[in-house]
Amino acid sequence: MRRRIGIDVGGTNTDAVLLEDDRVLHAVKTPTTADVTSGIVAALRDLLARWRAAGGGGPVDAVMIGTTHFTNAIVQRRHLVAVAAIRIGLPASASLEPFVDWPEDLAAVARGEIVMLAGGHEYDGRPIVPFDTAGMRAAARRIREAGIRSAAVASVFSPLNPECEDRAAEILAEECPGIAVTRSHDLGRIGLLERENVALLNACLVDLARRTACAFAEALAASGVAAPLYLTQNDGTVMLASAAEAFPVYSFASGPTNSMRGAALLSGRDNALVIDVGGTTTDVGSLRHGFPREANSVVEIGGVRTLFRMPDLLSLGLGGGTIVTGDGDRLTIGPHSVGYQLTERSLVFGGFELTMTDVAVAAGLLDLGDRRRVAALPPRLIEAALARAHAMIEDGVDRMKIDAREAPLIAVGGGCFLVPPRLAGISEVIHVPHQAVANAVGAAMAQVSGEADQIFQGLSRDEAIAAARQLAEDRAVLAGAERTTLTVVEVEDLPLAYLPGNSLRTRVRVVGDVAGS
Amino acid sequence: MGDGGTLMATRPVPLEAIESLAIGAWILGTGGGGSPYLGLLNMRQLYRRGVVVDLMDPMDLADDALVAVVSSMGAPLVGQERLTDPRTIERAVRMMEDYLGRRFEAVMSLEIGGGNAIQPFMAAAGLGLPVVDGDCMGRAFPEAQMTSFAIHDLPMFPLTLADVRDNAVIVARAESWKWMERLSRTACVAVGSVAGTCKAPRTGREVKACGILYSTSKAIRLGQTVQAARRAHHDPVAAVVEAEGGRLLFTGKIQDVARRTTEGFLRGTATVEGLEAWRGHVFSLAFQNEFAVGWLDGEPRVTTPDLICVLDTVSGDAIGTETLRYGQRVSVIALPAPAILLTPKGLEHVGPRAFGYDLDFRSVFEMTTLP
Repeated sequence: MRRRIGIDVGGTNTDAVLLEDDRVLHAVKTPTTADVTSGIVAALRDLLARWRAAGGGGPVDAVMIGTTHFTNAIVQRRHLVAVAAIRIGLPASASLEPFVDWPEDLAAVARGEIVMLAGGHEYDGRPIVPFDTAGMRAAARRIREAGIRSAAVASVFSPLNPECEDRAAEILAEECPGIAVTRSHDLGRIGLLERENVALLNACLVDLARRTACAFAEALAASGVAAPLYLTQNDGTVMLASAAEAFPVYSFASGPTNSMRGAALLSGRDNALVIDVGGTTTDVGSLRHGFPREANSVVEIGGVRTLFRMPDLLSLGLGGGTIVTGDGDRLTIGPHSVGYQLTERSLVFGGFELTMTDVAVAAGLLDLGDRRRVAALPPRLIEAALARAHAMIEDGVDRMKIDAREAPLIAVGGGCFLVPPRLAGISEVIHVPHQAVANAVGAAMAQVSGEADQIFQGLSRDEAIAAARQLAEDRAVLAGAERTTLTVVEVEDLPLAYLPGNSLRTRVRVVGDVAGS
Repeated sequence: MGDGGTLMATRPVPLEAIESLAIGAWILGTGGGGSPYLGLLNMRQLYRRGVVVDLMDPMDLADDALVAVVSSMGAPLVGQERLTDPRTIERAVRMMEDYLGRRFEAVMSLEIGGGNAIQPFMAAAGLGLPVVDGDCMGRAFPEAQMTSFAIHDLPMFPLTLADVRDNAVIVARAESWKWMERLSRTACVAVGSVAGTCKAPRTGREVKACGILYSTSKAIRLGQTVQAARRAHHDPVAAVVEAEGGRLLFTGKIQDVARRTTEGFLRGTATVEGLEAWRGHVFSLAFQNEFAVGWLDGEPRVTTPDLICVLDTVSGDAIGTETLRYGQRVSVIALPAPAILLTPKGLEHVGPRAFGYDLDFRSVFEMTTLP
């Protein structure tokens, strides 16, 4: 029997669940606190108290925490450190230095030193020119003298040949003891600027990540739970907190991802669309084999273009707190929301804003607050507002489908009463128990993954996929997976224009259980 | 200068116009040509350092003036790693000058569609030369012989090719445009599948007689149309169709995309399911890097060289054949092709049969019936 605690630290609430195998034993919701940690301590205390009150007890195998803390730090430009940006690729890429096209306020905080060195590789893995190791050593000394504690290294075509980035990291470790080094090939995909941007964002967060992981471990100890601590990742898997603290960017989208994974477990469906309707926004994603489909395109974070392991999500400005204004042709839904002030500002709670929650109460979809306060609303307005919300949901869900076939839709989140029972292109709308804590359930159930994204030449499609799979499996084992449990969850191949010899870019991702659990 | 007599005299191009050029060129790329994003980043940096590039009316070229025709050659994916750089294209031009023993008086683009619209600006910045308002495709095409200069049987050599290192190749002669494509493509692959190239130099007389004139200002105008419509919350697709004498062919949602690479090209098909007025109809698109043919309910509706552009229905941004995906809301529009491409000789080079389709070209702008 496996027993796990999953915790999701959201902007408004910190949710915690206790999962026994695939069954939710207990679930609690507490307000998120400014320091994050005391909210976690409170959630853990409530959860454990309920468990004991129900006569439960015993060891817990693992604690998984999902947090949006690092994304918020980037968006708010807070708690970031200055980074030494090391680009290896000269004479190529010379004109566009690191931090190009960054918002100036963010670059001003993150830009420490910029180092451009000769090196890098061709698309087939040959060196462009030899790596300038002497230049790297001189730069490392400058970085040490400048007192910079975090570095990001990006080399041309490093996803195909990481040699230059690895060597740079060794030299930095020798010359700058204790420096944190982010290598772009550990994080990003092909596309130098976007991959380098991911490495730079990661590098400016490492200090915060280290402190946060430490605070989480202390919160766990304070609660008397003796279990290994994992942090959840964008792809729905986990990493040991001690390893994950080096890769904070991998937690950027763990909130929506955890909701989708939780929806899969709670519904028993592995292939479905998921809609998570919150107070202010709605996220729509697509589950394949129980995991969110990944975005294979540029995703902007805090105004910075990135390309790495992120779920493919569509965000709509619709939620339970969304404000409805006007009537008839002037009827407008959102984008403003009363957010966490729903219980003060919405009509049914005595406030003066017409929200989608009020509309749902008036329509009899929901029993919340004082329904008499919405009894006088014209039925025409109620119908029109609901029809508009349904159209937004229908369009958003359709956009996230990958083909024309009908698919089931799992509805979760506090505002899921807005999802109509029937939608075009949807075979059925599924509501699940514990839907309000689906994100914490998703955290508790997480596994470990590995990924390979590489260009293969002269291989058949099947051979290229087999080679990529081997690479992905080796990486998953390194990240803590049990090899015998690994399964392929994603295969993608894209033929490449203007490269010789039937070049094929292949991406494979595998997932397995945490080793030893 | 200063007499105010000519409308189009050489004039400085502000950075805002280059931002517009990037949007317009991506539309004229008709699905190919590579994204102008990295070129635009380079131009922003050059302008921040005080560079201003001039755009020149081709009619102001002296008959014997020498014009450099430039383009970046290679795989877009390699460009995303190596990052395009003004120095490489500038070196290709200087090498041609050294080989010819003559100086160029202006630079022009090989193809106005996609990233190559920006390359002459990058070269011109370092060379201190003006950019000629024009190109020799009026859009993007996959091969070297698909130009107005080739259609006019102008010589295709010499060609210079430079990489980021100290490698440089001169193709002194070539038997035909196809041979030039083959020789230069081989050199390009050897240096890592991305290189700056300076094509066969042109005289002012040749540019004026055989170039596709004013396509640079057309691309800038196209981008400005999209930007203005967005600012005013108007439909950018309708604005483009109206401003450029185009035709809206279809509005719908991408239903299916199939891609494969053969002989180094990205080929494939995309199917669009109709929305709004087109509900119940299907539009199919075939592409070889660029969109080549469009069928409405199985009947050929539009073929190359008419420009087939697939735009995001809401934003008006062009969508490349590499980034098409299920569910995108798109509008398919046609823009008129330059007249030279529509001549019998032009159609031999760039008509549907040049792309392997056994179809006669019939311009969508000559058809009067609407679906």
